[in-house]
Amino acid sequence: MPRLLDRTILPTFPENALSVTLLALACAAQPACSKKPSSDAVPALSSATPAPLAAEPKAAGPLKVAFAYVGPVGDAGWTYAHDKARKEAEAAFAGKVKTSFVENVPEAADAERVIRDMVEQGNTLIFGTTFGYMEPMLKVASDNPKVHFEHATGYKTAVNLRTYDSRTYEGAYLAGVVAGSMTKSKTLGVVGSIPIPEVIRNIDSFTLGAQSVSPDIKTKVVWVGKWFDPPKEGEAAQALLDQGADVLMQNTDSSAVLQTAEKAGKFAFGWDSDMSKFGPHAHLASAVINWAPYYKKGIQDALDGSWKTSQVWWGVKDGAIDLVAISDKVPAATKAKIDELKKGLKDGSFTIWKGPIKDQAGKEVLKADEKAEDKLLLGINFYVKGVEGKLPSGK
Amino acid sequence: MNELLLLLGSSIDSGTPLLLAALGLIINERSGVINLGAEGLMLIAAITGFATALATKNDALALLAGAGAAAVFAALLGLLVIWLNANQYATGLALSLFGSGFSAFVGIRYTQESLAVASHHGPYSHHYLVYVAVLLTLGLSWFLFRAKAGLVLRAVGESPEAAQALGYPVRLIRLAAVVTGGALVGLAGAYVSVVSTPLWVEGMIAGKGWIALALTTFATWRPARALLGAYLFGGVTMLQLNLQGRGVNLPVELLTALPYLATIFVLVLISKNPRWIAANMPTSLGKPFYPGA
Repeated sequence: MPRLLDRTILPTFPENALSVTLLALACAAQPACSKKPSSDAVPALSSATPAPLAAEPKAAGPLKVAFAYVGPVGDAGWTYAHDKARKEAEAAFAGKVKTSFVENVPEAADAERVIRDMVEQGNTLIFGTTFGYMEPMLKVASDNPKVHFEHATGYKTAVNLRTYDSRTYEGAYLAGVVAGSMTKSKTLGVVGSIPIPEVIRNIDSFTLGAQSVSPDIKTKVVWVGKWFDPPKEGEAAQALLDQGADVLMQNTDSSAVLQTAEKAGKFAFGWDSDMSKFGPHAHLASAVINWAPYYKKGIQDALDGSWKTSQVWWGVKDGAIDLVAISDKVPAATKAKIDELKKGLKDGSFTIWKGPIKDQAGKEVLKADEKAEDKLLLGINFYVKGVEGKLPSGK
Repeated sequence: MNELLLLLGSSIDSGTPLLLAALGLIINERSGVINLGAEGLMLIAAITGFATALATKNDALALLAGAGAAAVFAALLGLLVIWLNANQYATGLALSLFGSGFSAFVGIRYTQESLAVASHHGPYSHHYLVYVAVLLTLGLSWFLFRAKAGLVLRAVGESPEAAQALGYPVRLIRLAAVVTGGALVGLAGAYVSVVSTPLWVEGMIAGKGWIALALTTFATWRPARALLGAYLFGGVTMLQLNLQGRGVNLPVELLTALPYLATIFVLVLISKNPRWIAANMPTSLGKPFYPGA
């Protein structure tokens, strides 16, 4: 924002409103001007429990754990889920752990400052909950070898930097099974955020889930280019409904897609958190992430000194992913199938990404009974058969 | 054919908040005062409207409350720039920044809330505000170019000195225009959080205020052209989303930029003809007025 101000408050103002208007347009097109929670909101330091003024002797004090969030804790989606887990973990280690968090930390240079500040304040376990903190965390981690760092959704590790992520695609697959049993038009719609492997994997898994019910189901995809822009998410959802999709899913952060389906009398899902109250009639189920088991593990590791670097990817099996609040409209047989699938994922008897799986062009990606390795899933850059449209910036 | 009609319908829905805000800004700017705070006003109205709807379960009241809140803040801008002659551009920008921060602050406790969403009666039905916006466009056209009061408003925007010499209270007329304009901008903001996507999230206006400002100029301060512009912008927005759903092989980034590109393109076309602008632009727009001088 300061940049905009500097440019605009010049001693000589444009006489012609046109130039101002152009400036306004340029501003409208630029996410930085429109106060996105992720980009330029001022980070507010807030402590969950009031910090005592005098530092207690280190040995006697509780383990200090800090969390850096990219959005506001009230976003009803991603950051909300992290904060819920933080509270749960703190309660589980009552007295032994003290947590604090900073919300709205931009994925830029500011992140490094905030994380350094957390170290300064004596935190010895620090969680960064968005992809964009990767480089800043790597930098701060190398300067502070005694502090443990945990980075969500990243892929770079260090001796004291561990990565963790959730297999959100398992939730997407389960949602797909529900969608497959509910669609009449055999056309599903997904509102996508940004075409990165995680989102593509979710679209593919959602489609595979639906096709497990009825193989001729098609999925249409509309990208909005943002994680969080409710009016646009709603419009994208409307475009999908207009084209005949009758069950929607989204990989964006707000509940706008669900609300649009509610208005139109169609169906949709909640994502990241239980969103049933945002569209009581349209809501079929919510694919949720539960970070609490992992946060408890991280804290436990740090407490008993067994903390080691690795790349953790937890799913249904570890209690990190679930499909909850399944609507009464969903047939009992489907509900039973979901339970069965969850059980299968837990005991390892069921694998989602198991061949034969073909890509959009019909090329076989996985041969019959071949299971996908995590490496393939992590870098996935193709749509499976049944997803319509060309993958943006794809090969 | 059916899909084309649906596309038209959703384009109009998408363009309505822009139209309402642009109409407000036309009233505002016709009086010679530019309000760069539109984005902030819309955000303030959005959170006010949402909070009211949540408390009263009454959409009409919520829309009015949003309009009212924006009118109050617009009046504040009016006092600063009309009486104290503060720089209109700087003050407007300040209001915009204030509005985003203030609405985010007030809205913290509303982010988990949701309104009951009313179901449409059919695919072709629209919220009544969509029709109200069209009527307002016609009404404003009539007011500006057929009514005496509209002539006075334009006179104040063209030459405040002359209007004053004729005995009109320039400052009060400008304040009235700023407050009325602010209320319409607020109505647009409340429409977004109460009708389009009935929820509150920080920064949810996502640049619509800035686009409305651009539209005002693009429409050369004429209501009917603002309507065309708003529907065009809404149409291109919906069209690009539809094209994606159809699997058209164009980069998403380009498609997302399309509404802006289209608007800039038209803007450039219009500004190529200086007479169009000159004939319609309020001459004193953005300039301070000192009644004593």
